[in-house]
Amino acid sequence: MKALISALALGFIALPAFAQEAGPDQELIKKGEYLARAGDCVACHTAAGGKPFAGGLPMGTPIGTIYSTNITPDKETGIGNYSFEDFDKAVRHGIAKEGYSLYPAMPYPSYARVTEEDMRALYTYFMHGVQPVTQPNQDVAIPWPLSMRWPLAVWRKLFAPEVADFKPAQGMDPVVARGAYLVEGLGHCGACHTPRGIAMQEKALSDADGKDFLAGSAPLEGWVAKSLRNDHKEGIARWDEAQLVEFLKTGRSDDMAVFGGMTQVVEHSLQYMSDEDLTAIVRYLKTLSPVHPDAPPYQRNNAVSEMLVKGDESKRGAAVYIDNCNACHRSDGLGYTRAFPALAGNTVVQTEDPTSLIHIVLEGGKLPGLKSAPSTIVMPAFGWRLSDQQVADVVTFIRTSWGNKGGPVDADAVAKLRNSENRTTSGDDIGQTAYSNQPEQNPAPR
Amino acid sequence: MAKVMQKADVVIVGFGWTGAIMAKELTEAGLSVVALERGPMRDTYPDGSYPQVIDELTYSIRRKLFADTSKETVTIRHNVSQTALPYRQLGAFLPGDGVGGAGLHWSGVHLRVDPVELRLRSHYEERYGKNFIPDGMTIQDFGVTYEELEPYFDFAEKVFGTSGQAWTVKGELVGKGKGGNPFAPDRSDHFPLTPQKNTVSAQLFQKAAWDVGYHPYDLPSANTSGPYTNPYGCQMGPCNFCGYCSGYVCYMYSKSSPNLNILPALRQEPKFELRADAHVLKVNLTDDKKLATGVTYVDAQGNEIEQPADIVILGAFQFNNVRLMLLSGIGKPYDPKTGEGVVGKNFAYQNMATIKAYFDKDQHFTNPFIGAGGNGVAVDDFNADNFDHGPHGFVGGSPFWVNQAGTRPIAGVSNPPGTPNWGSQWKAAAADYYNHQLSMDAHGAHQSYRDNYLDLDPTYKDAYGMPLLRMTFDWKENDIKMTHFMVDKMKRIAEAMNPKAINVQVKAPGTHFNTVSYQTTHLNGGAIMGTDPKTSALNRYLQSWDVHNVFVPGASAFPQGLGYNPTGLVAALTYWSARAIREQYLKNPGPLVQA
Repeated sequence: MKALISALALGFIALPAFAQEAGPDQELIKKGEYLARAGDCVACHTAAGGKPFAGGLPMGTPIGTIYSTNITPDKETGIGNYSFEDFDKAVRHGIAKEGYSLYPAMPYPSYARVTEEDMRALYTYFMHGVQPVTQPNQDVAIPWPLSMRWPLAVWRKLFAPEVADFKPAQGMDPVVARGAYLVEGLGHCGACHTPRGIAMQEKALSDADGKDFLAGSAPLEGWVAKSLRNDHKEGIARWDEAQLVEFLKTGRSDDMAVFGGMTQVVEHSLQYMSDEDLTAIVRYLKTLSPVHPDAPPYQRNNAVSEMLVKGDESKRGAAVYIDNCNACHRSDGLGYTRAFPALAGNTVVQTEDPTSLIHIVLEGGKLPGLKSAPSTIVMPAFGWRLSDQQVADVVTFIRTSWGNKGGPVDADAVAKLRNSENRTTSGDDIGQTAYSNQPEQNPAPR
Repeated sequence: MAKVMQKADVVIVGFGWTGAIMAKELTEAGLSVVALERGPMRDTYPDGSYPQVIDELTYSIRRKLFADTSKETVTIRHNVSQTALPYRQLGAFLPGDGVGGAGLHWSGVHLRVDPVELRLRSHYEERYGKNFIPDGMTIQDFGVTYEELEPYFDFAEKVFGTSGQAWTVKGELVGKGKGGNPFAPDRSDHFPLTPQKNTVSAQLFQKAAWDVGYHPYDLPSANTSGPYTNPYGCQMGPCNFCGYCSGYVCYMYSKSSPNLNILPALRQEPKFELRADAHVLKVNLTDDKKLATGVTYVDAQGNEIEQPADIVILGAFQFNNVRLMLLSGIGKPYDPKTGEGVVGKNFAYQNMATIKAYFDKDQHFTNPFIGAGGNGVAVDDFNADNFDHGPHGFVGGSPFWVNQAGTRPIAGVSNPPGTPNWGSQWKAAAADYYNHQLSMDAHGAHQSYRDNYLDLDPTYKDAYGMPLLRMTFDWKENDIKMTHFMVDKMKRIAEAMNPKAINVQVKAPGTHFNTVSYQTTHLNGGAIMGTDPKTSALNRYLQSWDVHNVFVPGASAFPQGLGYNPTGLVAALTYWSARAIREQYLKNPGPLVQA
C-alpha cells in the first residue's frame, strides 16, 4: 500500500522531464508546441501507427506517391542538424537544407506569412520538445523524368509568395487580424478549401487575392472542402460565431457534425486551440464577402415533412430516406441537437458537387472522440445495402427537400465514386497515431 | 509461469456499470486503472450498427450479447438433498458478456430504491414485531440509508441521462398530476430529462389504475426522451421507441450504457486501460490472506497473465463476484447447516407475475411493436411497505407496471388463453389480437432464506478447470403468498380496462424454480453488505471485511431482492463506494469500518 501512496504523492509533484536540466525556455517550447498544433504538422508528418513527426505518410499526387519526412530532432534521419535558418528555409521558403525545392504538399506558400518570432518558437519546439526518432526518409515513388526537382523550383517562383511576416491591413480589427494570420498562415485552410489552378496552385492565398480564397474546392480524396466564405449558398453565413467556434473546437454543434478530411483537422489541431484563437478564426471567416451576394438565406419549406408524416413516399428517394435515414435525421430533416446533424438548410449537403454527400451515405462517418466532446458518434455505412440508384435517389431527396436547393444526382455519379479509389480514404491513414490517443501528454520525453 | 504485467494502482474485474463507474471515479482520483473484461470489445459501432442490429434471431434467440455457457456457467439445484446440474441453456436469467456487460444488454428501467428496503429487517421488526418474519428468512439491513445515498442516485441519473418525473425536490411538491410517484422518497434535484411519452398500453394502465384508486406514475427510464450530454461530456441521441432494447446494442445512442455514457470519457484518460477477452481466474492474496496483490487472468490466446495492483475491484456479474471470492479465498464461505460464514449467503432473486389483457379487434390499437425498455406507467401502492402487511402475513412488496418494451416478430405473438398453439385458429387469433393487447407485470421483491445460497460445485468445472458456482435455490411459501396477493391487486387494474380476455401468469403453490422460462436477470446477494462481519461479507462501503483492498460493487451486495430493478441502486452504491475509496481509503488504506 505504501507504493500506492508514494505513487500518488509523486503524481502530484512530478515535473516535466525537461525541467530537470537547464535548457531551452520552457515557455518558448510550449508556444512552439501550440503553433505546431495550429499548423497541424503532425497530421502529415506522422504515418499511420508511426511515431509522432517521424514522417513516412504516403501522399498521392498526380505524378506518383511522395512521403512526408522525419521532422523529429534526430541528427541522422531527422532535422536535428538544422539551424534556425535551415528550418526557416524549409518551412517558409519551401527549400530543403540540401537546396532542392520541396513538393508543395508542404504548404509553404501559406507558411510564408508566419512571423519570424513564431518561427523561432516552432524551431525551439521541434529541437527540444519533440522526441527524436531514428527513421530514414522514404524516397519518392515518382518515375524519371517526372522525379526531377527543378520544375518545383519554377513552380515555387511562380506561385509561392514572398516570405514576409504577416502584416494586417490598415485599420483591421486586431481579433480579425489574428484570425487572418492563423487562417492564411499556419492554419493553411486554403490548402483544402481554396480551388486550385491548372498547376495545382491555390488560386488565392489570401482574401486580398480575390474571392476564390476559401471558396470551396473540387473533391479532394473524395470530399468537397466547402466554402468558408460568408455566403448563404455554399458558405457559412447560416451559422453564428458561437456555433462555428463550437464546431471547430468539438467537431460538432447543435446542428453540425464534422466529417471527411476535416475530422482529423479538428482532432489533431483545432481542439487544442484557445477559444480566443478559434473566435479570431471565425470572426475573420465571417468577414469574407460572399461569392453569391444575391443568394437568399435558407427558407424552410414544410411540404416534404408533411408528406412523410402522412405516409406519402411518392417523392423520389423518400422511401429510401424513411428506411435508412429517418430515425436519426427525422422526417423534418432537422436531426437531433448535437447528436445527429440537420440536413435541412445545411449547406454541405447542397454543394454544387454532391461528392461529399454521396460519399458519406456510402461509407458513413465518425465524430472524433475529443477531450471536450468524447463521444464518437458514428453514422454507419449504407453503401453495402443501397444500389447506386438508391443512393442517387436518397441524395437527391436530401438535396431537394425542406427548402434545400441542391440539384439532383444520377446513379452514374454514385457509381463513379463507389469505384474510385478516392472513396476509400478513411482518415485513418493521415496521422492517427498513439499521439492522438494521448492528447494531454507532452509528446516529448517518454 | 504467468507473465507479470506492470503494476497498476487499481485492477477492475468486469467492465459493466460498476467497473466503468469505478474506473472513472478512480482515474479522476489520479490512480492508474486496468479494467479486465472476460468478453469481447463491444460498442455502439459496430455492434449496434443500423440496421444490422435489428435482428431478433441473432440477439434475442441466439443471445449474441450473453454468456457462453459452454465455457462457464453455474450449476443449479432446488435443495441440499439434490445434485446440482449445469445451466447449459440460458433461460430463467441471462448473464451478459463483453464490454458493457449487463449495462449493454439491459432494458433501461432506472429506479432508485424504497428507503424501507435498505433497512428491511429493522423496519419489519419495528412495525410488525420480530415474529412476523418467518423462520429461515434471513433478510438484513444494508447498513446504509437512502439519505446517505441520495447524492449518488442523483449523480448516477445525470450520468445515465434518465428520463422521469420527480414527486418532490428538496421537499417541494413538483410532480402532482405530472406523472410523479407519490410514494417516491425526496430528491435533491429533478431528473435530467423529462419523462418519455407513454404508449397506448401505458395510457390504458394509467387510467385504469386511477379508476381503481391507485397512484400511477411515469416509470423513470434510462432511454432518453431527447438528446442529452452527461456530466462526462458523453452524448446521447433520443429514443425512437424502436423496441430493440433488452438484449440489443442501442443504435440510436439513446439507451444508457457504460459504453455510451462512460467509456468515451475514459478513452480520453491516459491512466485508463481496458483489456477485453481477459478472463480472470482469481484474486491473488498475500500468504496471510489479509491483502490482495492483484489478479491472474487468461487472455484470448490462452496465456496466463498476472496483473498486480494495490486495489482490486470485483465488478463482475452478481454470481461471478461471489465465485471469484470463493475461488480466491476472500471471506469465510457460507455454511447453510450452521448458518455461519458469509460468502454465498443470502442469494435472492425476483418474484414476478404477469397479466396479459386482450381487447376486441377494433378496440385499443396498442402497437406492441413499438416500445422502449424502461418506458411505461407503474404504481407503487403495493411496493415495499406502502401498505399494511399485518393482515396478509408475508414480507415484501411489488411495483406493478405496463412496460411495453417492444414485441418482436419471432417471440412476440401472444394469444388469449384457450387458443391452440398452432394452426389456423392460432393464426386467426394472432391476426385479431396482436395489435390489441397489453401486458403488465408485478415485479416482486424476493427475500433471502437460510437455504437459498451459493457455493462451489464439487463436480463441475469451467473451461479453465475451475469449479463452477452452485446455486441452491427454490421458491418459498412467503414468495407464493406475496405473488398471489399482488396478482389479485393488479387484476383489478386489468379488469378496469374491460378487456375481452385476460391471462394471469402466477406461480402456483408448490411451484419449484424453473430454469427454462425467463423471469428476470436480477440476481442478488451472495457477497452482501452489512454492519456485522459475522453476517455480511462486505462493510457498508462494499469493502471486504477480510481483505481490505478488495471492493465488491454490484447486486451481489444486496442482502435481499428489491421490488424495483436493481441497476439504480447498484449504480448509486458504486458511486458511494468509490467516494469512500477516494476520500477515506486512499488517505489511510485499511478497513473503513472497524469490526
